[in-house]
Order: sequence, then C-alpha cells, then structure tokens
Amino acid sequence: MYKIIRKEVLNSQVKLLEIEAPYIAKKAEPGQFIMLRVNEEGERIPLTIADYDREKGTVTIIFQEVGATTKILGSLNAGDSLLDFVGPLGKPTQLEGIKKAAVIGGGLGTAIAYPQAKKLSGIGSEVHVIAGFRNKDLIILEDRMSKVANKLVVTTDDGSNGTKGFVTDVLKKLLDEGNAYDAVIAIGPPVMMKAVCNLTKQYGIKTIVSLNPIMIDGTGMCGGCRVTVDGKIRFACVDGPDFDGHKVDFDELIRRLSMYKGYERKAEEHLCRLGGIANA
Amino acid sequence: MPNMSLKKVPMPEQNPEIRRQNFEEVALGYTEEMAVEEAQRCLNCKHRPCTSGCPVQVKIPEFITLTAQGKFEEAYNKIKETNSLPAVCGRVCPQESQCEQKCVRGIKGEPVAIGRLERFVADWAMKNLKKEPENSESNGKKVAVIGSGPAGLSCAGDLVKSGYDVTIFEAFHTAGGVLVYGIPEFRLPKKLVQKEIDGLLAQGVKIRTNMVIGKTLTVDELFDEGFSAVFIGSGAGLPAFMNIPGENLNGVYSANEYLTRINLMKAYKENAVTPIMRSKNVAVVGGGNVAMDAARSAIRLGAEKVYIVYRRSEKEMPARLEEIHHAKEEGIIFKLLTNPTRILGDDNGWVKGLECVQMELDEPDSSGRRSPVPKPGTEHILDVDTVIIAIGTSPNPLIRSTTKGLETDSRGCIVADENGKTSREGVFAGGDAVTGAATVILAMGAGKTAAKAIHEYIQSKNS
Repeated sequence: MYKIIRKEVLNSQVKLLEIEAPYIAKKAEPGQFIMLRVNEEGERIPLTIADYDREKGTVTIIFQEVGATTKILGSLNAGDSLLDFVGPLGKPTQLEGIKKAAVIGGGLGTAIAYPQAKKLSGIGSEVHVIAGFRNKDLIILEDRMSKVANKLVVTTDDGSNGTKGFVTDVLKKLLDEGNAYDAVIAIGPPVMMKAVCNLTKQYGIKTIVSLNPIMIDGTGMCGGCRVTVDGKIRFACVDGPDFDGHKVDFDELIRRLSMYKGYERKAEEHLCRLGGIANA
Repeated sequence: MPNMSLKKVPMPEQNPEIRRQNFEEVALGYTEEMAVEEAQRCLNCKHRPCTSGCPVQVKIPEFITLTAQGKFEEAYNKIKETNSLPAVCGRVCPQESQCEQKCVRGIKGEPVAIGRLERFVADWAMKNLKKEPENSESNGKKVAVIGSGPAGLSCAGDLVKSGYDVTIFEAFHTAGGVLVYGIPEFRLPKKLVQKEIDGLLAQGVKIRTNMVIGKTLTVDELFDEGFSAVFIGSGAGLPAFMNIPGENLNGVYSANEYLTRINLMKAYKENAVTPIMRSKNVAVVGGGNVAMDAARSAIRLGAEKVYIVYRRSEKEMPARLEEIHHAKEEGIIFKLLTNPTRILGDDNGWVKGLECVQMELDEPDSSGRRSPVPKPGTEHILDVDTVIIAIGTSPNPLIRSTTKGLETDSRGCIVADENGKTSREGVFAGGDAVTGAATVILAMGAGKTAAKAIHEYIQSKNS
C-alpha cells in the first residue's frame, strides 16, 4: 500500500496528492510517469510525476477528475492509501545542454511541465514559462512556477485573468521579440501541443512534447500506447513519453485517445450509481 | 490387468454452445472413477519413455500407478517432487508433443492421458489436502527472482526448498506473469494459479509486486541490497506488430493488450472499470496458443464472427491440438494459408476490414516449416471491426538495457548456458527471456535447472 501524506485542491477539478513511494522517489526524473491502481477493482492509469522528494521518499501526482478512476482518486484524503503505485516509468526528459528554454503548459499539462521548469532552473538555464488555462478559476501552480521561471506568462482563453489568448500567441510574441530558445517543451492537450509544434517548426526550434496515450502496463508489454513518430511505430511508455514534437502524428494520437469514450462514460455512470465516488 | 481400451477416457467438457458464452473452465476434469480407469491404461513399461518427454522430469509411471491404486495423496506427492505447479501443467502443457508423444500406448490407439491425470491429482490435492508444506530451514542466503511467471515460480519453489531466502520481484500488481495476464480463465482458472502461489508464500517465498526491474531497481542494485544471486525470468513480453498499413487504427490490438485487459483487468466482467471493445467481427492474426486464446475470448465477449488468419496450413500451426479443436468447436472460423496485407479504416479511423492474400507453401525455411508465399491476385477483404495481432512476442528491453555486461542475442534474448548461467557473475536466466516465446513447461524446466545452478554457485562461493 502507498500512503497519501498530503492532499491539495488546486482548482475545482484538479487535485494534488503526495504519496509515500521511496523507491520511486529515489529514481524519479522529470518526464517520467507512474501507473497506479486505487483499489482491487480499479483500472491501471498512467500519471506523469509532478514532483518528487528524494529525502522524504515521496512522489507527487496532479490530476484532473475526468474519468471514473480519477474521480475516485480525487475523493481520497491524506492518510488513505493507494493499492498499487509503480515506477518511475518511461525515459526522463533530456534537458542537459539547454541554456534557454520556453516551457509551455496547457491546463493540467502545467503540472507536468513544472518539474521540467524546476530542473532546468536548477541546472542554470534561463526558463520562460507560458501556462495556458481556459479561465482564471482553472489556473494552477502559478506561485510555484513563478519561483523557478525567469519569466512567467499566464494566459486564459477568455481573458479572465488579464492576458487573453492561447499559449501559441504568447510564444510567437516572445519569439518575434528575439528570444532564441534552444528548445521548447510543450505539455498539454494534444491539440495544444500540435499547435505549438506547427509554430516552432516555422522557426526551426527543437520542440519536446510529452504524450499521454492509453496504456495498461506502462512497461512495453501491451502496445496500446503506440504512436507514430517519424513514420515509425513507437511505444510511448518505453520509447517516450517524450518525443520530437515535429515528428509526432498528433491526429492519430487524438483519434486513439478516443477509443474508449463510450465505454468510459458507462463505467463512470456505474460507479456513480454504486456511490463509489464520494465527491461526485 | 491393464485397461486395454485404445481410447482415453473422455474428458468431461462444457458444451461448446454454452461455453462460448461464459469464461468458466472448458474442461471439467476427471472424477475419481475416471482417473482410476484411465490410470489403468498405463502399462508401467520398463523403459519409461514418457519421462524423457517431460521438461521437469515428473515421475510419470510412479504417479500413475499410485493413481490407479486410488492413492491420490501419494500420487500428488510424487508429482510435487519435481513439479511445483502440477495444476497448471496438467492444463496448459502441450502433452501431445511431450510425455504423451512418447507413450507406448500411443503406437496403437491413444496414449495414456498423462496431462489429464496430472490435472486430476493436482485438483484432488487442492480440494482434499489442507496441510501446507513445512518451512525449510533457512540458510540465510538471499536470492532475487525477477518475474513471477512459470520460470520464476518454479525457480523460487526449488530454491526455497533448499533453504534460500527468496524474493520474487514482479512488475505487475499481481503475481503469476503470463499465467494471469495471458492465459484466459476458461483454460486456466486464476484461483488455481493463486493457490499455487499461496503455496509458495506459505513455504516462505516473498513476492514484491509493482517492482519493475530496470526501472524501480536495477539488477546491480539487487546485489547492493544483499542478494547473492539473481534469476531473470522476465519472459517475452514485448508484442510484435506486422508493419502493415493501418496497424494504428482504432480497433487494432496486440494479443497481449487484448488478453491483459480481459484476464488481468477482468474486462470481461459486467461493469469492469477497464474497458474492452465489444466487437462484431474479429480477425486474430497468428496460429499459436495465444491466437486461440484471443479468438476464443472474443467469441465469449459476444462477437458474431471470429476468424483465425494464419499464413501456413493447419499442420504447421504451433497451437496445441486441443486448443485448435476447442476453437473449432466454439465456431471460430479458420482462414488458413491467408496473410494480412493491410488493415482498412473508415473515415473516423476505426477498423472496417482486413485485406488478405492467399498463400501457398514453398520449401521448408530455417524453422523447418514450409515457408508461405503469396499468390498474386488473390487479395480479398474480411469484414471485421477488430484486428488482434498474435504473431509473437520478444523479451522486454528494460533489463538488458540497464544491466551492464549482460550478453543478449540479436533478438534481444539473454544468452545463457544450459544451466541458465549468463555472462554476468551471479546472474542466471531462463524461460522466454532466454528462448523467446515458448511454453509454460519449458520455462518451468529452465527455472528448475537454474535453481540447481544457483545453489551450486552460492555453495562454491562459500566453500
């Protein structure tokens, strides 16, 4: 069992859990993920590691309540335990040698982009962070990001926080102002990552994206997470989850993510009927 | 006087029409009377050819003689002397190409039903024997076993008997490896596997789940943690795809994914949280046991038509005869000498058909089987919404890529000698991780052999 030692509600849909997992905390690096199972009947879901504390032996996950499992996860509190928690899986993001980077987070992706920004800051890189949200109520991690970023721009689609627009608008502005980035790291919904890649391709800037396809085991065994990169089949769990964004087939990724849409709704309804979701 | 019937006592089975609608076990097992009757067909011949066909050297004539005398407990103990998982082997071993192939009774008529008898004895013991085996006295030496499939379980079982402090490291949340994620409930009930594992736990074996060696810990770190030797029995878990157009369409599965969703994650159960496609028509590509398992699972999930698409003829199929026979009984349609060329998708990216070409057999290839070649102009389309690729698996790279000095071959298989010794001192390996995808019993045999070698290695280091 893996004990939850801290819970934080970041916004109405997004929660943070800090979990006791000393073996994983010892090895974790930005870009890697864990697989978890809440209880005996639960499914296995992948979540990217949002933070880790090697000394305390904890790993932090941040998730949005979008399906049956994340809803149950969101209903747990400090002191509760997860049945299964395994990792760190996938390859760490290659950040060495990056002197100046733009780190872009879209919605929940901001949580996954945070450890990258933190690590880059730690190795002395200049870090510009662009974090985009639909509206001001959904903004997360602003204070934490501001501590590790040399420049932080938070945007909202509706302008409710002041800076209206998409992350790509801000990135374009920064690029046109003459910022020369060694790399852009874009993490968020596939549509956002695709838009960022379309932009950076024009500027010829290396762009790293973190993919989140459906997977079962996270160790290369099911092949459910296969993505097409540079025309070849790759497994996001072992070959990624980071890839060169300019070579990823995002349309295929988006399509594959929809594979169980109908089934997921059914499972969620079932759990609601059972009263399995305390906060639903 | 032996029973001179030319035929095996028939195995009671669920009716095909009924069983294709459930996931319960197909073969129901012998009664005591049937077992005694079948056991009496054994001639107890002097040269015991059957035993040479068994990778774990089960004392076959001895246990069958005891069974014929109704001494089931003694028969069980006799099997357990060399086989730690008899309830599993009695169900999934390809007996027709092992022990039963060598049986003298098979020269004229059917061989003695050794597999069915082994299963009967194991099931009888599970039902009737309560006492768990005593803990062996510990010698204080720690051995790490990576993987809790058949190789790891049999290696751990033998090592704990010799007094070692054995810890199994399993990547999944449940122990059992391919026995729980791969082989379906209707062929190998999971509660049986769990009982076998519980037996090992009772003997003192420790199992640590959620430990991905190569990620959570490396082989080198296991030595740092005080293990004197490491056995790698991590299997062949990496699924192969065909590299034909359309393989990433929605509705294309590796057999590994399809079966893991169903078996390990229980997606076949109503209201399971893990989803699985409820398909109309399914094509399973491949001719091995895994292909049969996937096809038979698909029909149980309610598919109307399920095809096995195999590029050679039935004679070359690697699946067990019994699985092929059961699949046919359940209405699986065999498309032999047929090879997929591309998967067709609809406008939304879902599978809408599988284009295939007819094949013919040419000269035997390196595997000794006649190699199939396409017949031009015979392309045709199977109307399916799901394609399951079951053309084989290879060892996962996580261990080899994180273990310096561990020699592997071009297929990614760990190189080990006949005793399971690898190029790294103190590191042993066996099962599919060494051979590539093979059978449960060969993996068990390799686990046993390695256990012996590990014992000798640790003794030699301490002397």
